[in-house]
Amino acid sequence: MAKKVPVQVTLNGEERAEFVESGATLLNALRGRFGDTSPKGGCHQGTCGACSVIIDGELKLSCLTLAEACDGAEIVTTAGLATNSAMHPLQRAFAEGFAAQCGFCTPGMIMAAKALLDQKPDPTREDVIEALSGNICRCTGYEPIIQAVLAAAAASPHKAA
Amino acid sequence: MAIRRGRGVAAVNYPTGMNLGGDPSQALVHSTPTGNFMVTLSSVDLGQGLKQIMAQICAETIGVPAELVTIDTGDTDTGPHCMGTFASRGTHRIGNAVIQAATEARQVMLEVAAEELEVNASDLETDGTGNIHVKGAPQKAISIFDTALAAHFKRGRSISGRGMFLVPRSYPEVETGAMKPATCYAHACTVVEVDVDDETGEVTVVSVKNVFEIGRALNPRMVEQQLVGGSWMGLSHALYETTEPYYPNREHGGTDFNQYLMPGPGDLAETEIIVLERPAADGPYGAKGPGEMCANPQIPAVANAIFDAVGVRIDHLPITPERILRALRAQAAPAGA
Ligand code: FES
Ligand code: FES
Repeated sequence: MAKKVPVQVTLNGEERAEFVESGATLLNALRGRFGDTSPKGGCHQGTCGACSVIIDGELKLSCLTLAEACDGAEIVTTAGLATNSAMHPLQRAFAEGFAAQCGFCTPGMIMAAKALLDQKPDPTREDVIEALSGNICRCTGYEPIIQAVLAAAAASPHKAA
Repeated sequence: MAIRRGRGVAAVNYPTGMNLGGDPSQALVHSTPTGNFMVTLSSVDLGQGLKQIMAQICAETIGVPAELVTIDTGDTDTGPHCMGTFASRGTHRIGNAVIQAATEARQVMLEVAAEELEVNASDLETDGTGNIHVKGAPQKAISIFDTALAAHFKRGRSISGRGMFLVPRSYPEVETGAMKPATCYAHACTVVEVDVDDETGEVTVVSVKNVFEIGRALNPRMVEQQLVGGSWMGLSHALYETTEPYYPNREHGGTDFNQYLMPGPGDLAETEIIVLERPAADGPYGAKGPGEMCANPQIPAVANAIFDAVGVRIDHLPITPERILRALRAQAAPAGA
């Protein structure tokens, strides 16, 4: 049996601690131990973006991150974006803009978009394309996703005047 | 050596569903005690929006708001039989089965309401917002909520219905080979403009303009989303995607998303979608299957545009720079050399 190590994180604002297998990826730990299935495993090798999460303010691929290296970190996933029953502006823009079909890429797209908007609340179309370029989508043809991110930025209260 | 612009066009006539041993789907509809409607299916929603469309179809047929309908696609072991969601058949086949089941359920619902109101069921109509009333006398009314309660607790009725849609197998005529493999066809026409670099063989899609004829768009926004994604996917098939670039030789196949190429958000062509609606006589509220055909016409249109641009016909997919350069070289070689 693989050795288990304790990992303590702040996950979507909540203090959490779990024992994870030594060497487990953060993706597998989040889904299997912490019960957060919002990050998706598309490739498990860093090429699809579906597993994207924000660790200490930075966009990361959770499939390439060791869970035990996150001890003490603050992790944000798509599951933590809604406040009570109110969707996050990005979630609302994706829903209203019909930017998800099968939805498998959606949590990764939303985290990539959030990381962008946190840095740059008023992005250009080129900024959005650049920010999403590590995320693959089979279904939408990307345009509705680009439009949704721009719409969320335009609707954001933090938008630069 | 130059960038050459070309334009190509292609059209597609695409059958809805398939013709193997017959093409059936079934559906069951029943009401809860409080007048919500459950539709039980074995069909699967894998992102194409089947649940939403079936909820709309059931709601329209029974005469209730779509929010009152729950689609249960939980289990293919226990649900009514479905051939599956493929061959662009879901909306058409399953939708027709849902209409039949919902029609039967609506009839029982009106019969129970008629007993409650002491009128004839044939004199009743629904208002679409959750009420049943006598035609021409909206004050003589009962809510569907109360009707369902009465059915369950007073009248001992099950507000339910069974639905079945079957396109029977079509056999070819022995003499002529003629057959009727499908009952309706969706159509599309695409015009693609490309720039081809005749030095590198690289193709840039400048624009892709599509007209789709899809019967009726039961949910126009979802149709648009499908068509925009499909148009992109067609271009991707034409120019990028393959697991076996030297088929049947399996060497040099992509092994991951780094090597399996698709256009990303930075490679999008200017895309236009126009939807035409010519309702199918046997479609649920006129709908046909737009699913697969929307990713088809872009492929020959791209090949034709490349021919228009640089005069070479590529008949292998994807149309890679390598294939274009080889064809250009063969074309430039003196005959017989
Ligand atoms: S699962 Fe992490 S990038 Fe694909
Ligand atoms: S919505 Fe299906 S992969 Fe993006």
